[in-house]
Amino acid sequence: MTKTIVVTSGKGGVGKTTTSASIATGLASRGFKTVVIDFDVGLRNLDLIMGCERRVVYDLVNLVNQEASLHQTLIKDKRVENLYILPASQTRDKDALTIEGIARVMHKLKKSEFDYIICDSPAGIEKGAKMALYFADEAIITTNPEVSSVRDSDRILGILQSESRRAKMNDDPVKEHLLITRYNPGRVQEGQMLSVDDIVELLAIPLLGIIPESPTVLDSSNAGKPVILDQTSLAGQAYSDAIDRLLGESKPHRFMEIEKKGFLKRLFG
Amino acid sequence: MGIFSFFRSRQEPRSASLAKERLQVLIAHERSDRDGPDYLPMLKQDILDVIKKYVAIGEDQVVVQLDSQENCDVLELNITLPDGTEISPKDDPKQSAAKTAKKSRVT
Ligand SMILES: Nc1ncnc2c1ncn2[C@@H]1O[C@H](COP(=O)(O)OP(=O)(O)OP(=O)(O)O)[C@@H](O)[C@H]1O
Ligand SMILES: [Mg+2]
Repeated sequence: MTKTIVVTSGKGGVGKTTTSASIATGLASRGFKTVVIDFDVGLRNLDLIMGCERRVVYDLVNLVNQEASLHQTLIKDKRVENLYILPASQTRDKDALTIEGIARVMHKLKKSEFDYIICDSPAGIEKGAKMALYFADEAIITTNPEVSSVRDSDRILGILQSESRRAKMNDDPVKEHLLITRYNPGRVQEGQMLSVDDIVELLAIPLLGIIPESPTVLDSSNAGKPVILDQTSLAGQAYSDAIDRLLGESKPHRFMEIEKKGFLKRLFG
Repeated sequence: MGIFSFFRSRQEPRSASLAKERLQVLIAHERSDRDGPDYLPMLKQDILDVIKKYVAIGEDQVVVQLDSQENCDVLELNITLPDGTEISPKDDPKQSAAKTAKKSRVT
């Protein structure tokens, strides 16, 4: 059965696209047929992070408007088997998408036997973000250890609980996961940044993982290669752990402490 | 008092705990707003407008919260009056409120 997961946050620039790319790549690497959809109409970026920007011909809006077929629109990843990218339109305005149109696309993806549909939400709590979360079975709430991000995460949780398809149909609620990204243990220890415990207590949803602030994330986006493919990177390892947990494995959380000498890291990792 | 304890611990920055406290309050408010009935924000605004007729008071000085208890909902109204308003329970509330209003230039 197909599972639809939205990566959302409310606040902009917290790491949704970075997360969507790595989560989709991670799931496909484990053998699941996965598609990652860029819902950021007008501000397409996922194609760059996935490194397929030069292969975009048709986009989500073409597909919704039935100007292109699913087969024509999906871009097959060159590195990872089972991985497909559905790019956003760069030119259209946000009103180009409708729930009915997206419902048709979701239906087609389900008929094509995708195991996972990952939806990369645009920032905000307006129509675009609501569209991206509407069909979700699960949600990855991407949060930075910072006041406005935590507040926006709570607001997006409110929207998931009242405006998603599952909420409107009185279905089981959307399963919520907290992913704390750009975490800087040093600044937490100095008392300058909210800690993992603080954020978990405030938002009161299960923790999927902690992605440390890491310079390799920038290198990876420069190269158009999702950071999860770089397993020497702490952020890459953290995303791998998150995939394990998403698939039901219980793993202790890492990356909460300041990195010691390296060998300690390996001992505890 | 909160302000002083914040400055006292200057050498050892505790801005994260301040952030947490503020978020706890804010998130609780926003949750009660959205979990409550649709009219709650409007009710809050109306109450605020009425109080403003008598006392110069800020948005965040009025807390309207709906608590769901076992078999009833309790509407909790918490109004912090600015310093200088001397309303004692024995006073006629209308009179003292009017006194303060004069002092604080209500528009
Ligand atoms: N763990 C991390 N460590 C360091 N930098 C990161 C990390 N995660 C994300 N970033 C950086 O943060 C910036 C924003 O990331 P990203 O584009 O994924 O956010 P977004 O939530 O999708 O933004 P938008 O709301 O604009 O769509 C990028 O420059 C990215 O490289
Ligand atoms: Mg993005």
